[in-house]
Amino acid sequence: MDLNTIWFILVAVLLAGYAILDGFDLGVGILHLFIRGDDERRLCINAIGPVWDGNVVWLVTGGGALFAAFPEVYASAFSGFYTALTLLLVTMIFRAVAIEFRSKRPSHAWRHGWDIAFSVGSFGAALLLGVAFGNVAAGLPMDAEFNITAGLLGLLNPYALLVGITTVVLFAMHGAIYLVLKTEGELQARIRTWVKPLIFAFIACYVLTTGATLLWQPHLAANMKAQPLWFAVPILTVLAVANIPREIHHGREFLGFLSSSAAIGLLVTLVGVGLYPNLLLSNPQPEHSLTIFNSASSPKTLKIMLIIAAIGIPLVLTYTAGIYWIFRGKVKLDKASY
Amino acid sequence: MDDLATMLARVQFGITAGFHYLYPPLSIGLGIFLVVIEGIYLRTKDPLWRQVARFWTKVFALTFAIGVATGLVMEFEFGTNWAKYSRFVGDVFGSALAAEGIFAFFLESGFLALLLFGWDKVGPKLHYFSTIMVCAGAHFSAVWIVVANSWMHTPAGYHVVQGPNGLRAEITDFWALVFNPSSMDRLSHVLIGAWMAGAFLVVSISAWYLLKQRHQAFARASMKVGLVFAVVASLLQLVTGHASVVGVAQNQPVKFAAMEGHFPASARADLTLVGWVDELHQSVSGLTIPGGTSFLLKQDFTAPVPGLLAVPANERPPVQITFQAYHGMIAIGVALIALSVFAAISWWTGRLERQRWLLWVLVFAVLGPQFGNQLGWLAAEIGRQPWIVQGLLKTRDAISPNVSSGQIIMSLILFTSVYLVLFATFLYLLNDKIVHGPDPEDAHGPLAKLPQKITDALSGHRADGEA
Ligand code: HDD
Ligand code: HEM
Ligand code: HEM
Repeated sequence: MDLNTIWFILVAVLLAGYAILDGFDLGVGILHLFIRGDDERRLCINAIGPVWDGNVVWLVTGGGALFAAFPEVYASAFSGFYTALTLLLVTMIFRAVAIEFRSKRPSHAWRHGWDIAFSVGSFGAALLLGVAFGNVAAGLPMDAEFNITAGLLGLLNPYALLVGITTVVLFAMHGAIYLVLKTEGELQARIRTWVKPLIFAFIACYVLTTGATLLWQPHLAANMKAQPLWFAVPILTVLAVANIPREIHHGREFLGFLSSSAAIGLLVTLVGVGLYPNLLLSNPQPEHSLTIFNSASSPKTLKIMLIIAAIGIPLVLTYTAGIYWIFRGKVKLDKASY
Repeated sequence: MDDLATMLARVQFGITAGFHYLYPPLSIGLGIFLVVIEGIYLRTKDPLWRQVARFWTKVFALTFAIGVATGLVMEFEFGTNWAKYSRFVGDVFGSALAAEGIFAFFLESGFLALLLFGWDKVGPKLHYFSTIMVCAGAHFSAVWIVVANSWMHTPAGYHVVQGPNGLRAEITDFWALVFNPSSMDRLSHVLIGAWMAGAFLVVSISAWYLLKQRHQAFARASMKVGLVFAVVASLLQLVTGHASVVGVAQNQPVKFAAMEGHFPASARADLTLVGWVDELHQSVSGLTIPGGTSFLLKQDFTAPVPGLLAVPANERPPVQITFQAYHGMIAIGVALIALSVFAAISWWTGRLERQRWLLWVLVFAVLGPQFGNQLGWLAAEIGRQPWIVQGLLKTRDAISPNVSSGQIIMSLILFTSVYLVLFATFLYLLNDKIVHGPDPEDAHGPLAKLPQKITDALSGHRADGEA
């Protein structure tokens, strides 16, 4: 396999890791305002307390890896999504500090304000990430110098919005399952009742998005038609999604959570397979596309980065697993909690 | 591209970087402090030190959260505002940013969870290990980003070739890139500047408690460690600062000339202590030591030093602001050395707590390192203008061509207002924390599982409660 392809995969892995991990804590945020009671809200925030920041780092590192491996894509995508990214950053800032600030003061107004910031921020971030993802999948108008020429309104097309809404529902479902895992008693029973409707909402969105993709974005299926082995990915995705209600029904939340994690990972893979070897597809002029070849750094840099990744990733995985292990089990409020 | 957009993008970068840079130095400085404090606690098992450690851990959590929130903006900003720059340097610069994510941010955020929430979940040894890792992570974040930034000042280990979309820099020698001529000088200077920020924050809050005669045992303990730390860091900062000046004079003579306000193409250079630059008449008035700069650089009062007029006007940076920022930083550095040494002597001889004026000065000294850090960056970055990468790429050729001034204004207003809200909230919560003081319950460590009286007897004195 050539270096460029390896880096394509690595960037995809980082983004999939981000979607799986930050997906559940964005989901917890989306559901936050529906949770009643101050202690209950604190429990939910503390369920993600020790891990949310590490989850965000997947995005930061994904951004860094994109910059290093495919600088042209980093430059084109980030400048092309200027306004959307500005809004994304504002939502992420508010949700990050809301987690930290919310429980610092007892006042009701204070906590309520940060609750809104946390929830609206999470919702906005999930929506914007989904819209951006939809646009990348669909392709964007680009000029010969690889500048994206669509404005904010161009990015808010129906297809991308559909992907955005699907993302919100997906993360809300993923977050609800996570909360069922981490809570107990009455709170858990209440959240448990949300899981099924969310699963069915997601399945509805998923079917719609798949239909829209087959109808409007046939290019995403081209690679699969050329190499039918790849049809395994959508089939596995369907199985993973279908497995979620089954596990939940049998009260096996942890397996349900793994299943929704797998579904998220597979969805990212699906788009990756559809795009390869393009990273930013120029639509309607495909000759202006950025591929893993015309956008990559020099082979030497890719090799150096691979060494860095080979040293870093095992370390990261080790202590990430360690942290999740230490903080496993149900959340309890104590003095150190948020 | 048009000048307005360039100007706005620069202002935006300056504001977002400046805001970000209020918090990481505190995290880095407090990180070291926490390692020392928790080390003392583990050795002495004195609950007082546990209380000290927990109080400062909470302050750390506060600065860390805003550091992360403002850092996110920085990570994306190269791509959003400086697309051409990103295309040009991605091959070289991106790897440092990626390394920062992999080696530093994961480390810091992972172990921070244990540091904050793990007091009762893991044993004291593992907890201490997490504290050390968080501190290391904070330092590593500085390492990679400063290496990347130093490369922009003194590029090395690269060559410029034709890329898919115009010229670009590519790595030829990774280690030459990492150890570019200015990276080690600047890294040590930045880190020690961060230690100063942490040390003076500790000293300031402790001095305030001593003035108000609250939480005195706690304040004395923090003050003792804080002052030692402040003296050491302030003195070291002079050393690393001097090394940086010598480096700048060698590698970026034009920036150096702007910092010193030295115009003649080649002449003896004076050392101005305080002064004002007259850009029109190309001269500096103020308190000067004739030939002082020549002497500092070449140990010869008459040695000629190249000045601003040695390069065409369109390659000279703004002089006044570079000059003033640089001189402000040095003035602050010297003042903080004097202050910390004097306060340490007062402490040593047992007079500090009676010298109320000195305690008041210490309370406000927390601003010193913050201003020093901001002014230092201003001098470094503005002194490099009009280049964004010294000698390779001009700032005005670096911005995103497809981003309009309107979009930048919109994001500029948005980020500035968000940051002001964050800053106000930060001050409010910090103040709240200070007024609230250390938590008496925090003294209850594993040792304090014993009845309080026995703990007190064991440790010799009573943990500090509410005043
Ligand atoms: C606590 C803050 C602080 C203090 C007291 C000082 N500095 Fe500093 N200085 C910084 C914080 C700083 C900084 C923020 O960390 C900078 C900005 C960029 C950099 O590399 O470090 C910096 C930059 C900087 C530069 C420019 C480096 C470049 O352009 O590449 C020079 C020449 C000095 N410093 C020299 C000094 C001297 C001679 C000092 C006398 C004591 C001094 N600094 C005190
Ligand atoms: C270490 C990482 C940093 C990098 C890579 C970096 C890079 C840059 C870039 C790309 C610009 C815009 C172009 C320019 O005007 O020069 C800039 C400007 C600026 N930066 Fe930095 N910077 C870094 C850190 C900082 C920090 C921490 C500060 C904190 C105060 C800072 C202060 C400024 C200011 C004030 C400007 C505006 C200068 C001007 O417009 O003349 N920088 N820097
Ligand atoms: C312009 C360049 C910079 C960029 C792109 C940048 C990027 C970031 C990002 C993305 C984060 C959040 C990481 C997380 O999610 O945990 C962060 C935090 C941090 N950054 Fe920066 N940064 C820059 C400049 C600097 C400088 C100059 C320093 C120190 C000298 C620094 C030190 C830190 C530290 C210590 C943190 C952890 C948060 C904290 O302790 O406050 N950064 N930065």
